[in-house]
Amino acid sequence: MSLITPDFGLLFWMTLIFAIVFFVLAKFGFPIITGMVDERNVRISESLRKAREAEAALNELSVRQKEMIEQARQEQAAILKDAAQVRDAMIAQAKTQASDEAAKIVAQARTQIAAEKESAMAEVRSQLAELSVAVAEKVMRTQLESDKAQVELVNRMVEELSRNQKMN
Amino acid sequence: MRRLKGFILVVFMAIAMVAAAPAVAMPASSHDATEESGELDMNEYLFGHIGDSYGWHVTTINGHHVTIPLPVIVHGKSGWHVFSSSKLAHGESYKGFHVAEKGEKYEGKVVEQVDSDVVKPFDISITKNVFGLMINSLVLVILVLLGARWYKKHDAREEAPKGFAGIVEMMVMMVEEDIIKECIGKDYKRYSPYLLTAFFFIFVNNLMGIVPFFPGGANITGNIAITFFLAMCTFLAVNLFGNKHYYKEIFWPDVPMFLKVIPLMPLIEIIGMFTKPFSLMIRLFANILAGHVMILGVVAVVFLTAKLGVGMNAGLSLISVLFGVFMDVLEFLVAFLQAYVFTMLSSVFIGLSRQEPEEE
Repeated sequence: MSLITPDFGLLFWMTLIFAIVFFVLAKFGFPIITGMVDERNVRISESLRKAREAEAALNELSVRQKEMIEQARQEQAAILKDAAQVRDAMIAQAKTQASDEAAKIVAQARTQIAAEKESAMAEVRSQLAELSVAVAEKVMRTQLESDKAQVELVNRMVEELSRNQKMN
Repeated sequence: MRRLKGFILVVFMAIAMVAAAPAVAMPASSHDATEESGELDMNEYLFGHIGDSYGWHVTTINGHHVTIPLPVIVHGKSGWHVFSSSKLAHGESYKGFHVAEKGEKYEGKVVEQVDSDVVKPFDISITKNVFGLMINSLVLVILVLLGARWYKKHDAREEAPKGFAGIVEMMVMMVEEDIIKECIGKDYKRYSPYLLTAFFFIFVNNLMGIVPFFPGGANITGNIAITFFLAMCTFLAVNLFGNKHYYKEIFWPDVPMFLKVIPLMPLIEIIGMFTKPFSLMIRLFANILAGHVMILGVVAVVFLTAKLGVGMNAGLSLISVLFGVFMDVLEFLVAFLQAYVFTMLSSVFIGLSRQEPEEE
């Protein structure tokens, strides 16, 4: 068979076979592979983009986190300072209150003591009076045994009483 | 059927020389007998391997030819006939058909004896090349569909294929990204099924051509009918979908007026339309054919030097085998390279036919 003249029979079969192969591969072979690879490429570039975005978001987040920690620390310091002030104020207040109270109690005690003392003095005085009356009675009884002494006394008393009335 | 056959025969001959030396020596003593049976008919040996035939000669065991008979399909004066090629073996005639002898008209083809005339019938027999083409196409389809099957079972967006499907994907994407997309440009998706099919078709057929034993070994991409068809496909792809600019450049190119009044440039351009696919056809055909011939020639050294004596034969056989290995490796490269070149040039021609006019 000649080398350089195309044989019709072979050409016929080649046309048929190539057409079938082309149909099968173009329908079920290559487009599936290339299509899927394209899809995967899209997916990969999308994933890369997302990863970049996520990284950026993460960076931002860590900055925010630092900021928040800093803020929290400041707030903590402020609260501690406030608390110390309040504590000091409360202690001071409590102190003044306590000293006021103490002063009040002391004053009360003083007045009470004074009153007690007064009443005690009054009692002492009255007892002293009674005692002195009794003493006086005894003294008088001994002095007034004579009638003359009795009369003199009565006179002096009347005189005193009348002087008192005149003065009034 | 080149390397392995060569290798097996080297081993066989070595055994034969040691064990049956007297038997070999016998016909050698008679010069006429050697001419008839012992010597290699180089012409038949070469053309038997690279050419087409009605049966597929697989091997010869002890002088007995092992040939796969293939259907002969002819339409002659007496209508359609389908019969096995074994009926025509050794010059026999069947229903008025026989294979034309060497030196006759239509040498090697099935011809019909009509009265005293020899007529060539309408012949669409499943020849060795057609059968090889069928096997190779089946292999190609199975390989690609096996590769594509992976995507049905997996979510390709989540993972990339490994193993066989990975190789198929890698090659498909290599062809599409590096050749088709690069050379055609924006509309490449439209052409990529054809160009991918052409690439893998040529590649698989080239590779199967290197395989030296039965399912391979047919010289398919080294046959002009095959490359003619492929080049024709590219020609149609280029010229059917060429844009306005492409045709303007052919019939009314930007050259001085006198070159168009006497239509010199259009003539050259029109010839160019045909020379491009023609070069594709010849390049693939010649490269693969030359590769086959080279390997066959290297292997033939083993048989041609048989009568030069044991030492000479052994030494040259060793060189032949080493050189044969080198040629096979080279052909492996050529198998890929020619598929690559065919696809790339087709893409370039298609790309040229779709070029937009440059902005001035």
